[in-house]
Amino acid sequence: MTANANGSYAYYPGCSLTKNAAAYDVSSRVIARALGFELNELTDWNCCGASEYFSLNQLPAYALVARNLALTASEGAKQVVAPCSLCYVNLYKTDKYMGDHADLNEKVNAALAAGKLAYRAGDVKVRHLLDVVVNDVGFDNVAAAVKKPLYNLRVAPYYGCLIVRPRTGFDDVEYPTTMDHLMEVLGATVVDFPLKAECCGGHMTQISDDVALELIRRLLHNATEYEADAIVTVCPMCQLNLDAYQDQVNRRFGTRFKMPILYFTQVMGLAFGMEPKAVAIGKEIVDARPALAKVTAEPPVQPKKKRRDKSALPMPSTEREG
Amino acid sequence: MTAQNGRRRFKHEVIDATPGGEQLTLCLQCGTCGGSCPSGADMDHTPRRIFAMIDADMKDEVLSSNTPWFCVSCYYCSVRCPQEIPITDLMYTLKQMAIREGRYEQRRASDFSETFIGYVESYGRAFEMGLATRYHLFHNPMKMVGMATGMGLSLLQKGRMSLTPERINNIEQLQAILNKAKQLSAGGA
Repeated sequence: MTANANGSYAYYPGCSLTKNAAAYDVSSRVIARALGFELNELTDWNCCGASEYFSLNQLPAYALVARNLALTASEGAKQVVAPCSLCYVNLYKTDKYMGDHADLNEKVNAALAAGKLAYRAGDVKVRHLLDVVVNDVGFDNVAAAVKKPLYNLRVAPYYGCLIVRPRTGFDDVEYPTTMDHLMEVLGATVVDFPLKAECCGGHMTQISDDVALELIRRLLHNATEYEADAIVTVCPMCQLNLDAYQDQVNRRFGTRFKMPILYFTQVMGLAFGMEPKAVAIGKEIVDARPALAKVTAEPPVQPKKKRRDKSALPMPSTEREG
Repeated sequence: MTAQNGRRRFKHEVIDATPGGEQLTLCLQCGTCGGSCPSGADMDHTPRRIFAMIDADMKDEVLSSNTPWFCVSCYYCSVRCPQEIPITDLMYTLKQMAIREGRYEQRRASDFSETFIGYVESYGRAFEMGLATRYHLFHNPMKMVGMATGMGLSLLQKGRMSLTPERINNIEQLQAILNKAKQLSAGGA
């Protein structure tokens, strides 16, 4: 493991995880414990401003985020972990922009000084929890913790936007795969999910039903087409939109989606043999129990390879190399 | 002042207010942004056209359009732009300018942001329940009925919505920082 020397991180839960996405908070903390790293909640952290403050006034928006970075640095932590993609991108972007733009850096620090704080860009490394699990803990250590593999559970890994964009560097900006691999390590069957990095609509549910519900419908439709039992997400906004608005999508479009939306940490906890309640299964509005009941003790039987029809026209081989 | 400078005045205001905004001068009008935009179909003008309008100094038309408000901040345009223009950040700048100048006529989106931030400035934390009730009471009372019986009720029953806001301890410190930032922001972006 290549975490901090003591295997600990400052933990920035963000507002969603205190209530609406409490399931994500609970499950993040228990899988961290199971994997042997520490999440130390940042003292007196404040809201990151979501996408709202940047729309009103950019300088206070950066200053709002920078207070959290300054507090992290003053606690002596070198890395801060955010499970919420929006918090993550705001923290990441503020640190990066303060480093890239001297004028912004100067003004943000002048604002911080009014609160007797200061922050030097680069002093805190901002990480998403998925990044920590995949790159610091690593797939081998995750595999070693699996006690109840999720055989036959078909999952669609949904990354959404902000974990990969703007360029945060730990996975592909358009077709990320780290969570796919993580789900395979847990024993689940990963379905292809072409819309895996498309937008869930963000706050558009509050502004335009026309825009938001169509974006949500597309995602649910795509995962359903590929016969997923559940969508697995890394962001509370994505979870809320796909879960809580699913009923409205069904009413508006005459669809019958019944797709449970789980956090990747909940799925990890289940694979680690934890009770569903320990990872807050049951907080989702679309019930996940029917999907979870599909998990079997035996791995899925691989379909037998068909013998090639020698009289058929020559076709390129579809078998993977290596 | 030359005619050229006068014509581009708005463009420079936009650029100056955006970290990395100077990339905008490199726009090729290729349209990759509009083609990548998940809400482009519902915008008055695609981002590409907005940039052409900025170049043509069409300040009123740009600031009164719904385009920046329908930006979902997905950053697809930003990562695909061959000229590395920070398009999402430019949309934030346009929203900010539209609010300051009172241009945007459908107030739904800007009121949502203002209500959200009102709670953050008072408590240091977001407050979904307060946001939903205050914002919808004003803009869409019928939606309140739906909230109370449908989705809102489900979230309450699942313990996913607080009835009271949380407050950080050192709210005075946060407010001092934000006030200073607002002061600096008023004296130039």
